[in-house]
Amino acid sequence: MNALDHAKQYWYPVAILDSIPTYPDVKNTRLLGMDITITRQKDGALSVAHNEENWLINEVYDHLWTSPSKTPKPIFDVPEAQERDRRFVPCGVVRVRCSPLRAVENFLDIAHFPFVHTDILGSEPHTEVAPYSVDIDDDKDEVIATKVKFFQPQAAKSASDGIITDYVYRVPSPMNAILYKTCPTRDDVQDVIAIFVQPIDEETCDVWPWMALYDDDSTMAEMIEFQQLIFLQDRSILENQVPTKLPLDPKMEIPTRADLTSIAYRRWLKRRGALYGALLNTTDNPKGTSNSVAAE
Amino acid sequence: MSFTLYDYALSGNCYKIRLFANILNVEYERIAVEFYPGAEHRSEKMLQISPAGTLPILKKDDMVLSETSAMLFWMAKNFNAADHWWPENDVAAQAQIIQWMGFASDLTATIGQGRLHALFQTPIDKDKIVKGGRAALRKIEAHLTEQSFDGFSFLTGDKPTIADIACFPYVALSPDVGANIGLDHDDYPAIRNWIYALKSLNGFIPMPGIYAMHELKDHEIDYGAQKPFKTGAAQ
Repeated sequence: MNALDHAKQYWYPVAILDSIPTYPDVKNTRLLGMDITITRQKDGALSVAHNEENWLINEVYDHLWTSPSKTPKPIFDVPEAQERDRRFVPCGVVRVRCSPLRAVENFLDIAHFPFVHTDILGSEPHTEVAPYSVDIDDDKDEVIATKVKFFQPQAAKSASDGIITDYVYRVPSPMNAILYKTCPTRDDVQDVIAIFVQPIDEETCDVWPWMALYDDDSTMAEMIEFQQLIFLQDRSILENQVPTKLPLDPKMEIPTRADLTSIAYRRWLKRRGALYGALLNTTDNPKGTSNSVAAE
Repeated sequence: MSFTLYDYALSGNCYKIRLFANILNVEYERIAVEFYPGAEHRSEKMLQISPAGTLPILKKDDMVLSETSAMLFWMAKNFNAADHWWPENDVAAQAQIIQWMGFASDLTATIGQGRLHALFQTPIDKDKIVKGGRAALRKIEAHLTEQSFDGFSFLTGDKPTIADIACFPYVALSPDVGANIGLDHDDYPAIRNWIYALKSLNGFIPMPGIYAMHELKDHEIDYGAQKPFKTGAAQ
């Protein structure tokens, strides 16, 4: 199975449900190099079409999802989305000129916090990443990083002082990642922050951050702005990474111990043949085009 | 509070006001406005505060300002900023400052619009915007180069003025518009030096896309305690 066919098996976010234009206006966008049109019919029903062919749709996590496959893999579960006392915050979309896999990998990285998210998610000289664990959950086929701890000056909009923040990361499908972190205002629950990535093509993506928080004080504008602020700080770093695609050859980018999650993510992608947006082998394939390996 | 700022963290224009307030060590009330995706700045509630429908808005009692040039001028005067920010008795310097404040609007109309498009896909005439942005960078590069011949690091002299603050964000953010379209800083050494000069000011704060200079921070390394390098075979 080639990289594109593999990628076609998944669901992808293409719009925030609340901001899809009303009939007869439509929204045009791209997914996996294909033009698609999102339409809200007169009766309010939504549809997604490519070349006049309707694709399956799914309305979940405040976004409209679609898949080019007639039999896509089931969409991943976020149980916290059922907890109605959380505040659900779709943060809009940001276009980034990088591989969709680079966007996910960056989201999993904590070592960059003090340098990119200075005085918010990290600060100098608190740059050390303490040892943590990474596993592949075979039942769910997910990458899970646990026991991640990091000193953060302002971990969330609702945090007033620096705290040691606990993180758990989940990668439930190649282009989606979810993190659970200490809720600054409550001990018994965790805030949920996700990025849903829409692959425009192998070197461009639209990133849809989404949050499910316990925060009774911040306004919606403040919560959205906080997440956008964080993500825009990442954006200029992501756009300057070379190569644009994510290298899966361990010789190309030298990891450190702090990059355990990234290493696991890259291996997991390689093992399952999720190579859309990846650079598999530099010597065979210097330009990173037309990756093709057998899926497991 | 000294004033209220209706603010959006990702806006280069809003950043001018946050940056100058921080340099002047002035506290203010900040109200986040959801520019994107909610377009809250054009909501009925916000239009009642400022009919211009733009951000930032600076409000002080009954005074409402929607132009950043006016805000920077008011801040320099109202908070008794050091004279170099707005030279009180130098009319020629003031005229130069006003001239560059006008240029700052060109930067917003080109690089600012191009950046919004790159981030949020707002509709623009991209060719026109990119050409305009390149022309603006060349103009400021040529001027800063000439300034450097006279030993000056800033737009109108050896000290920064409110014109430097006004022009800084969208020059510094120009790489956000896109790669390989002549809007990154590689070809503009005078612009890079000017950005360093501004980042070195006391009270400088970053915004997404404009980073602090980590390499200049003092990490209190005790060089005397470092072990000398061993020579010989590697272990």
